[in-house]
Formats: sequence, structure tokens, C-alpha cells
Amino acid sequence: MRRLLCCTLALLLAAPLAAAELDVTVQIPEQKVAEYHRPYAAIWIERADRSVAAHLAAWYAQKDSKEGAGTKWLPDLRQWWRRGGRGLSLPVDGVSGATRPAGQYQLKFVDGQAPLGTLAPGDYTLVVEAAREVGGREVVRVPFTWPAATTQHLSARGSSELGTVSLDINP
Amino acid sequence: MHKLALKWIALAAAIATPLAAQAHKMWMVPSATNVAGTDPWVTVDAAISNDLFFPDHHAAPLEQLVITAPDGQTAKPQNAATGKYRSVFDVALNQQGTYKLALVNQGLFARYELNGQKKRWRGNADELATAIPAGAKDVQVTASSSRVETFVTNGKPNATALKPSGQGLELVPVSGVTDLVEGEPATFQLLLDGKPAAGLKVSAIAGATRYRNAQDEMTAQTGADGKFTLTWPHPGMYWVNAATQDDKSGVKQASKRRLSYTATLEVLPE
Repeated sequence: MRRLLCCTLALLLAAPLAAAELDVTVQIPEQKVAEYHRPYAAIWIERADRSVAAHLAAWYAQKDSKEGAGTKWLPDLRQWWRRGGRGLSLPVDGVSGATRPAGQYQLKFVDGQAPLGTLAPGDYTLVVEAAREVGGREVVRVPFTWPAATTQHLSARGSSELGTVSLDINP
Repeated sequence: MHKLALKWIALAAAIATPLAAQAHKMWMVPSATNVAGTDPWVTVDAAISNDLFFPDHHAAPLEQLVITAPDGQTAKPQNAATGKYRSVFDVALNQQGTYKLALVNQGLFARYELNGQKKRWRGNADELATAIPAGAKDVQVTASSSRVETFVTNGKPNATALKPSGQGLELVPVSGVTDLVEGEPATFQLLLDGKPAAGLKVSAIAGATRYRNAQDEMTAQTGADGKFTLTWPHPGMYWVNAATQDDKSGVKQASKRRLSYTATLEVLPE
């Protein structure tokens, strides 16, 4: 009985540690242009050597065509493509998604669960890249250290294709 | 006939005088170097010009075109056409990986005098014996070996098509060839007949020369291992060239062999 209580306590204590979270907020700004297409976007976590630790999201046209409507233009997300997007077999469950209209998007990633997985302790960068057909391309980077001892609120701001990108770490 | 002769002379100028910096430049420019999707194609321009990359002189000869697919097999160009100033062809990238597009030339070039007139001839070793008339004087035969290349990757790059043949001057990428980014050093290795080509000068010129007042040539020198590194100052298509000469012509009438290697490489913004 006492042993069971200990175990339960241990589990309760351990639970919040295991469930560290990354909350990512990405703002896609409105564009005052005649021809507007929703941007393609990729969100990933980069290690200090710039290799990909986790692909968090890839938003691209999902409609199929004989050209592979969505996938044909993925190399326009140049950094993401080069850093690892091109090595993925798309679509990836929980990562691939449709393009989003202008607005603010909140994404939650849980330590130990796909697509974040388990990050080894170290310095990382959250990278968000957006590329718009007949528009521009922008990359916003938010460096962070993992794991965080306390709650962190980090953010960076794009100037054209991306608005504010913020990262909240709940240890 | 006259037109053909002119073409050969222009070609010879581009190919056989690699050490002359003012020679016309031969190049291929693909419409994209990184593609994806279910049915990706690229269209490629091939020309000999002064301005990079504007066809302003002669079309490149597509008889010399060799396309190597990611599995190492040869692929066929499609919709090939040669105009006045430019050749064009398409490539359907059916495989995942890196394609090598090469204009490969191995030939002989001769100058001689016949009845007081200067003559030029261009052809291969088998034709040489009968090509030069008996009364020719001051016969000078030079072997030439040149490669003009560019690269396109469908999806993830691979290196099978980039294996050197061991003949002439060739480039082996160390840090990728369709993966170049401004400000990031890129290392390559030059091989001469499959062995490191040491001490060669490599020059790189960005395209759009028409819109600036200087060539802005960058140079590098190959080390003992044949390796050289270039750091791209800005994005764009770059014309990268190296040339040398030796006495390994492989033909007894030719005492000299001139070699050149050219690649068109795309550098993307960070």
C-alpha cells in the first residue's frame, strides 16, 4: 500500500517534467496585393549545426494534380527544402497541412510526442519560413535552450511574409 | 559550308583557347536546379556568348550533350532545338536525385598553311590522317578536351551521376553542387584524368554581366589535393571555369592537349 502510494506520488511528480511543451504562435500578415496566394510555410527546429532536430509543420497546397500541385513548389521554401524537407516522404502525418489564410496560428508540441519527439539538451533554433507565389519569402528564427528551467517567452518578428513568431516553453 | 566552318572556328575559339581570358564562354543554364513534384521538367539553354548568360554569339552543339541520370544511366534530352544563338532542350526528371548535364568534347584542332593560305581543321583522331593535304606546311595539331556542365536535383541529391570518368578535366563536388547558398563556402575538387589537379586557377563570374560595368571575376587556386573553395558574394547563376594544358594528347601528331572545365552553378539566397 505504502509502496503503491510512493509510486503514485513519483508518477505525479514526474508527469509535469515529461510533458514539457513548446507553444508556437505564427502570424501570417495580410498582404495588400492584387494577386494573393496563401503562403507555403514550414516550421522546424534546428540544432546548433543547423541540422533539423524536428519538422513541426509544412503547409502547402494539398490539392492533387498531375504536376503534384502542392509538392512541385516546395523547393521555394528554400531553407527548409535544403535543410531536410527534400528528404521527407510527403505527406508526413501531423506535419503536412493545408496552407493558411492571413491570421494568427497557435501550435502546441509536446516533448516525447510526434512531431517534436525528444530533444537532447542543447541550443536550438525555432525556424519559420514562408514563401508566397508571386510574392516574397521570409525566414524568422527564434533561438532557445532546451530544456528550460523556467517558463520562457521568446519571440521574433518578420517584416514581409511573416508577422510575430513567438515561442513559449512550459517546462 | 561557310556557316559550318564559322561555327567550328567559334567553337574552337571557345574550347581550344582556354588560357585566353577574352574567349567566348560556353554554358548551359537550366530553368531550375532544385525541383520536386510528381512530373518535374527543366528546360535548358546552351550557348556560346560573351555576356553571361545572354546568347549573343553561337548556339552550343547539342551533339556533344550527355545527360547522366541519378542512377548513372544516360537520359535523353527532349524537344531539342538549335537556333542561331542558342540551343534549347528539356529534361524530364523521372528519377529522384542529381542529374548531370554535360557538353563533352574530345577532339583535335589543326592549323596549317597551304599554298600561302592559312587553314584550320577540326575533327577526331581517325580523320586526322586524311584531313591534312600532302602539301600543307607549318602543321600544328592540338588536342582539346572540354566539359561544360550543369546540375539539376529532383528531391534529395545523390552523387552517382557525379562520378568522374577519369578523362580530361572534371569537377567533383565536396559540399554539394545544387546546394549552394550565398555567403557559405563551397568546396570542390578538380581532377585531371582522374587525379587531383593541383595549382590550377579557377575563376567564377556571376551572370547578368550585361547589367554591371565589371566582370567581377572571383578566383581560387586548387591545392595539392585539387580542392578549391569559393564563397559566393550574392545569389545567382555562376559560370565557373578552369583550364590547363599538358602533353598527354594521346595522338602522336599532337604535342599539346588543351583542357577546360566549365560549370554553371546556382547560388540561392540564405
